[in-house]
Amino acid sequence: MAALAPLSTYALRLGDDALILGQRLSEWCGHAPTIEVDLSLANLALDLIGQATHFLGVAGDADKLAFHRDALDFSNCLLVEQPNGDFAQTMARQFLFSTFQELHLHALASSKDERFAAIAAKAVKEVAYHRQLSSDWVVRLGDGTEESRARMTAGLDWMWRFVDELFQMDELEAKLAKGGAGVDKSELRAEWDRRVDAVLAEATLARPASRRPVLGGRRGHHTEHLGPLLSQMQFLQRAYPGAVW
Amino acid sequence: MSTAISWTTGVSPARTPAVQEIARVLSQVPDPEIPALSIIDLGIVREVHGDRVIITPTYSGCPATLYIEQSIRGALNDAGLAHVRIETTLSPPWTSDWISDEGREKLRAYGIAPPPKGAANASLRNDTHAQCPRCGSMNTAEISRFGSTPCKALWRCNACAEPFDRFKCH
Ligand SMILES: [Zn+2]
Repeated sequence: MAALAPLSTYALRLGDDALILGQRLSEWCGHAPTIEVDLSLANLALDLIGQATHFLGVAGDADKLAFHRDALDFSNCLLVEQPNGDFAQTMARQFLFSTFQELHLHALASSKDERFAAIAAKAVKEVAYHRQLSSDWVVRLGDGTEESRARMTAGLDWMWRFVDELFQMDELEAKLAKGGAGVDKSELRAEWDRRVDAVLAEATLARPASRRPVLGGRRGHHTEHLGPLLSQMQFLQRAYPGAVW
Repeated sequence: MSTAISWTTGVSPARTPAVQEIARVLSQVPDPEIPALSIIDLGIVREVHGDRVIITPTYSGCPATLYIEQSIRGALNDAGLAHVRIETTLSPPWTSDWISDEGREKLRAYGIAPPPKGAANASLRNDTHAQCPRCGSMNTAEISRFGSTPCKALWRCNACAEPFDRFKCH
């Protein structure tokens, strides 16, 4: 892919995070434990794909970017591409990401770039619901039965390696943050820790042990889970390029 | 702004007949998901300014957004207003506070509990109990914060035992 302007690269990262997580969540459609949960996850997916459409629209042609790029060109963080696993693992991923995304979008709503500010101000209200839903489930499963507790613990353990990448800054984003268009994500960490610890305490769960963080998503170095997701998401446009409803 | 109508500021400046006619046409366009309400009742139409109609989506991923735009286009064209342009804006973000008083009454009559006012200040103020749109009881409970569309939550009434939708505070 040709090199993008810094603002477009930033929009792409934001859009890819939302798109990939939205696609992951949509895999639950028709498979969730109850009809209410099924509806909830579909709603979350819809919000995220809507947000992705807006952010990718800043970077370029949203549909082309979603359906005509290969894994190496995707710049989402590794957390969002992790497999759904069981329901507890899905909620663990959602809880960690939504808590981060809410802080990020809240700060981005003050961006000097009007487009980012408008998308973020709208999306942050939606993400507050996602954070609340997933927090509720972390507490309910963590402080639940022996089995639900074991599953939530395992889910958080799986996802924890990918947390540090959320707050990682590179030269490009540091410049944008300094100029007032972007956000210094490293400054969000303390508040994220505080919020996550509060929910874990309510869930009577211990914070997972620190492990060597896995990084690389922003540079296109993905885990083995992204490829299969893309092959499903992109199948129609790959098989029938330009197909419309 | 002397030729504009705005639904967000509460200001009703002098309206030209042309702008009034556009507003009349828009008030006949139903929301596809809650057809009892017009897109004006819901606060989706932000402003009519000269020959521009400015609309805003309720949710980022609202699947009805494109359909609504097409409905507006069709209604305007049918009324001989093909020259009127439709523009979409995200800012400021839509809030359920923009649902008109008339819209709230229509929601209740349709069987959907309207959202409490004041959502703009606290986007998650869903803790107040909804009133059952059927029997009027306040003895109600939330089943799920996410319902059949992005804008609705699932509730049930403990008095008449019926489930109902509540328009989400947003
Ligand atoms: Zn009732």
